[in-house]
Amino acid sequence: MAGEFGNPEVIEENVDVLLIGGGMACCGAGYEIMRWADAAKKETGIDLKIKLVDKAAMDRSGAVAQGLSAINTYIGTEQDPADYARMVSNDLMGITRDDLAYDLGRHVDESVHLFEEWGLPIWKTDENGERHDGSKGLTSLKDGGKPVRSGKWQIMINGESYKWIVAEAAKKALGMDRIQERVFIVKLVNDKNDKSKIAGAVGFSTRDHKVYVYRAKAILLAAGGCVNIFRPRSVGEGTGRAWYPVWNSGSTYSMAAEAGAELTMMENRFVPTRFKDGYGPVGAWFLLFKAKASNAYGENYLAKNAEMLNQYPPYGQAAVPASCLRNHVMLKEMKEGRGPIYMDTVTALANLRETLTPREVKHLEAEAWEDFLDMCVGQCGIWVGENIEPEKKNSELMPTEPYLLGSHSGCCGIWTSGPTDVGAPTSETEAGVPDHLPKGWNWGYRGMTTVNGLFTAGDGVGASGHKFSSGSHAEGRMAAKSMVKYCLDNKDWTPELDASVEDLVAEIYQPVKTYLEFKDYTTAIDVNPNYITPKMLQFRLQKIMDEYVAGVATYYNTNDKMLEVAGEKLDMLKEDAMKMRAKDLHELLRAWENYHRILTAEAHMKHIQFREESRYPGFYYRTDKNFVDEENWKCFVNSIYDKDSKQWTCFKRAHVDLVDKSKLFK
Amino acid sequence: MPTFVRTDKCDGCKGQDKTACMYICPHDLMKLDKDGSETGHAMKSYNQEPEQCWECYSCVKICPQNAIEARHYADVVPLGGSVQPLRGSDSIMWTIKFRNGTMKRFRFPIRTTPEGSIEPYAGKAEANMAKISENGFFNHMEQNGYRAGNPDELICK
Repeated sequence: MAGEFGNPEVIEENVDVLLIGGGMACCGAGYEIMRWADAAKKETGIDLKIKLVDKAAMDRSGAVAQGLSAINTYIGTEQDPADYARMVSNDLMGITRDDLAYDLGRHVDESVHLFEEWGLPIWKTDENGERHDGSKGLTSLKDGGKPVRSGKWQIMINGESYKWIVAEAAKKALGMDRIQERVFIVKLVNDKNDKSKIAGAVGFSTRDHKVYVYRAKAILLAAGGCVNIFRPRSVGEGTGRAWYPVWNSGSTYSMAAEAGAELTMMENRFVPTRFKDGYGPVGAWFLLFKAKASNAYGENYLAKNAEMLNQYPPYGQAAVPASCLRNHVMLKEMKEGRGPIYMDTVTALANLRETLTPREVKHLEAEAWEDFLDMCVGQCGIWVGENIEPEKKNSELMPTEPYLLGSHSGCCGIWTSGPTDVGAPTSETEAGVPDHLPKGWNWGYRGMTTVNGLFTAGDGVGASGHKFSSGSHAEGRMAAKSMVKYCLDNKDWTPELDASVEDLVAEIYQPVKTYLEFKDYTTAIDVNPNYITPKMLQFRLQKIMDEYVAGVATYYNTNDKMLEVAGEKLDMLKEDAMKMRAKDLHELLRAWENYHRILTAEAHMKHIQFREESRYPGFYYRTDKNFVDEENWKCFVNSIYDKDSKQWTCFKRAHVDLVDKSKLFK
Repeated sequence: MPTFVRTDKCDGCKGQDKTACMYICPHDLMKLDKDGSETGHAMKSYNQEPEQCWECYSCVKICPQNAIEARHYADVVPLGGSVQPLRGSDSIMWTIKFRNGTMKRFRFPIRTTPEGSIEPYAGKAEANMAKISENGFFNHMEQNGYRAGNPDELICK
């Protein structure tokens, strides 16, 4: 039966492994898993059925869709995975899982070297110290070629086609029969006989009137971070110019929470300081071109306000202070009226020109533009519209609206099983962890969440951070291996969904039903007392979060009382989410994205409420607890969600250092 | 800078059911107006939700007719500039026009291998099931990229 609007065709498929998402993590998983599946078939005769489902097209999906100008995690031969774990920890104010960061650090370069083999141009430094783009055929990284470091961990690339290349390898590895594009998975389903297991996932096509019901033994949930839960600084056409991709809607966190997975550090957020309005990257400007930031009166505020960093020992005292603290000293300038803040591109380029040949100067100009054109064309749009040539005019910097993610300079996400060989705890010393949850930091399968069979990677893995594109790919590969093992270990088990297909389809298509039922009640379809459009629902969410949960409106300030108000408003918003309408499949996509945003936002708010301190000054402040409390709060804040009662339970988990952090301060 | 589609260039990908821009947009923004009922231009595509456009330029780069361009976010940026790419098989050419008329052109490499040429497992060993619980990937150290680390750094081990 062909489906029609409001009455979709139902497609049921039984697989062993389902990969949700098509970004770097799932591309890594797709590449790694086929090799293990082939080996498993040879050895055991078991032919694992695998499917990848992406709401967009893999060539340009996920956070790397537009391209990138750098790979931000490359360890190289000169650094130790322990150095990497230390950096991640300090940048995130001391509370990260060293086991996860260390494990990622030792694996990540294997993926970076593959990218180069597949055709990604990686900049190189020659024996005279001169930089060359990645097309010049210099020795590959694998064979000892020297990358161009734009920082201790970053290497420069010609990355316009980064995702295209990585997707090509994943698509070839999987084969197109194992890939379903333009299907948005909106809900995970637990097993009927054992709620601690995952059994499947459901979603819908954004192209045809079809609902997809997958039964799976193992699922990799890697659908990115969360953007647009806070009112953005630009609210007209510019709404789309989010710093992180606007299509990352919190699906990873919300679907995991509803399935019963334990979340971690959902109070963490990232507020990047970027070029104003276009949100173009600043890393290369600071680190490669050696530009300085200053207030409107030309003062280097980082130097001037250095004493403020000492108020947050030890995190402010490392060679590179935590990202949030760098915002903290900048916000002082803005709040005391010494804005705008500028990136002094003019002086930086003038200084560089002094020692360069005209050929090198031309190359330098191209490098500066490529930095934006590879990954943030919109910033070039600002520059051309405002007649900004960086060698002639400085550009404003601005802290953005908050973002939730686990792969960049942020660490919210899902509590995930780590490696067993790095000395991670096997017990829990904090009281209050619900009994059904694992005690230590590893429970059998690397990359698995606290729901059996549900794995995650990239933005999904919490309490780590700084994995970026390359690390997300590597993390997807680690999870892929584990999922093969999980399926083999559970070869005689058949998943059964704990809800009827009929009920699941009805739930997914409810916004369409609501629309069809009530659309003729009013003359203008967008104003109707029986439903709310996904767009208005998103505006309401953004207003609540911005005004009460430390958005830009309050200079990232909130307090216990404001959070209480936010809680009441979010409760009603959650109720009204059941009344969202969808007038077409595009709006059904937006409706479910915004449902995911609400749950993610609620988790964020509940965690900030639970953590009675201000762990990330510069990202948010609880003005009623405006201090970092190492004695009571140097611990993880984790939570679980009960989808029936719709209630969150927050609790502490003990933090343990697995590498010596004091080395950062010597 | 939401994208826009030029009526004089878009051919609706020659009457196919799905256009290249619809195929590629990561945010489901591009739409083919089959009968012209939504834009007045039948069989041409359009950006159905410009305020959700990330300016990723995926549609601009893939359009076989070069019919898609971007006009800077009107609520943020003064009019008159443009940033337009021409993406080839191994490089991308950018033409940049400032509001004041200044022009710049840049060409950057985008890949070092022919598109579609990746053979993901060519020359690589098969996975060894005996090692499925160990560290490392199926092609462990084939890429010389595994960083074992100094064991003394692990203080709880």
